[in-house]
Amino acid sequence: MVLKGKAWKFGDNVSTDHIAPGRYFHLRTNLPELAKHVLEDANPDFASRMQTGDFIVAGRNFGLGSSREHAPRIIRLAGAGAVLAQSFARIFFRNSINVGLPVLELDTSGIRQGDKLEVDLDGGVVKNTSTGKTTAFQPLPPVMVKILADGGIVEHFKKYGDFNLG
Amino acid sequence: MASTLSEKIIASHVGREVRPGEIVVTAVDVAALQDGTGPLALMQLEELNLVRAYNPARTVLFIDHAAPSPRKELSNAHISLRRFAAETGAVLSEINEGVCHQRLVESFASPGDILIGADSHSCTSGALAAFATGMGSTDVAIGIATGRTWLKVPETLRVVLKGGFSPGVFAKDLMLHLIGEIGSDGATYMALEFTGPLAAEMTMAERFTLANMAVEAGAKTGLFAADETTQKFLSAQGRAGDYRSLDPDEGAGYARTFEIDASALEPVVSAPHTVDNTQTVSEAAGKKVDQVFIGTCTNGRIEDLRIAGGVLKGRRRHPQTRLIITPASRSVYLQAAREGLLEAFVEAGATVTGPGCGACVGVHGGVLGDGEVCVATQNRNFKGRMGNPEAFIYLASPATAAATAVKGEIADPREFM
Repeated sequence: MVLKGKAWKFGDNVSTDHIAPGRYFHLRTNLPELAKHVLEDANPDFASRMQTGDFIVAGRNFGLGSSREHAPRIIRLAGAGAVLAQSFARIFFRNSINVGLPVLELDTSGIRQGDKLEVDLDGGVVKNTSTGKTTAFQPLPPVMVKILADGGIVEHFKKYGDFNLG
Repeated sequence: MASTLSEKIIASHVGREVRPGEIVVTAVDVAALQDGTGPLALMQLEELNLVRAYNPARTVLFIDHAAPSPRKELSNAHISLRRFAAETGAVLSEINEGVCHQRLVESFASPGDILIGADSHSCTSGALAAFATGMGSTDVAIGIATGRTWLKVPETLRVVLKGGFSPGVFAKDLMLHLIGEIGSDGATYMALEFTGPLAAEMTMAERFTLANMAVEAGAKTGLFAADETTQKFLSAQGRAGDYRSLDPDEGAGYARTFEIDASALEPVVSAPHTVDNTQTVSEAAGKKVDQVFIGTCTNGRIEDLRIAGGVLKGRRRHPQTRLIITPASRSVYLQAAREGLLEAFVEAGATVTGPGCGACVGVHGGVLGDGEVCVATQNRNFKGRMGNPEAFIYLASPATAAATAVKGEIADPREFM
């Protein structure tokens, strides 16, 4: 599966407070409304200007902070195709797979704001068609490949009625 | 083979030895939700047609983040938690009870347990030698319904603590220092294991402060061995029967060992907007502060309030600096009342609130204004954390926070001791 979109660049240490700010705590039971504020404290224009399929491209330790699963959910709900980062914080990474959001670890330093990207999920590479450069991403652990392929942990459970991660 | 604390606890649950990197499906002893993450978890259980609690006496729903509720959307979220508890027999911790992590260590977590909580600071219970970790709503929902979860056995970063604290230097300073040294992703996917002569001497309150902030270095959990101090703590909670001793094996494999000599430490703050952005208090001193907040799952225990009281008794807050004090739990609140601390705080000009997360999460009760600076005893200073992305948060010990409240600018607590 190849995803296509353009890059929205973010820095290091984008926290779940940047993604799903605490002042919108009351919107956590209204995800479509909360999604209108996604990443607002990192880039106030992102939510209104991004297009479906665009990629979030960040530096180190993306998603650090709270366990709020709302963070990857509203990224997905807003229509982002995937998050590409140098590295991810643990809980965010696991939550993303659980909600079916592809999160890919790779060297993002050569990707610029607005670059056009093609993400080949099966082939394991990101092609920057603006620069012509192709970069491999770290393969996901097999257990996560399985959960992601099933469409997230809820769909996995619906399919098997239990954990089936072997 | 020799095992770390994490490996031992996971092994005892899956019935065989485990090694870092392995994926296991394991039984869960305690599962916890709070009012920010709980409603989504319950929606997921409905979606899965699994509205049930496998072990209701060890499933706990905490109303602590927005307690009492500041608005109707949150009041309605609270209703959904109360309804689930009533339907399944799960334990409900109401608005008067306090922060989930303090309540978990007081009444639910025990040495050797596997605890999952839909709150990142669930690692706090690691101080009781529980494998305690934060997960998202859906993972915890599945843990609640099935009594099981999947885990990757983490590598362990051993933190050897030596020496002793100088006056004015506390466990919080040590933990901020450690995070400043290894970075906010220095222990990503790892367990921290605190050991060494100083770890053995530490009170439970000090251990909770360290374990609570393990996630601020990216760690999955932060563990201490279960020893006599653990036993005394559990006995004092009326839980003597929940104690068992638990140590890492001699010769266990560690990914890395980091050593800290507490004697060499000074009071530390984390400057905006990341926890690893540490400075000594002497470097930060003089910064004007609009609000001081003392409380939270990091530093809202009775020992913390006594330290704050030691600075605040007989003094007044600076007229331009607001002071908010929030005990972590009902029992801390009661004890502080009995010891005359609440009276001393009110006399010092503090706003003392009921127990809970309070101002830390930016929902109510102390949201900062544009450009304002806050010194807080909590665990996070991210942009927007206290409800306003235009505000600036410094993290500090209760002593530094109290000294700052008196002076109106970031102050060294040793001036007041």
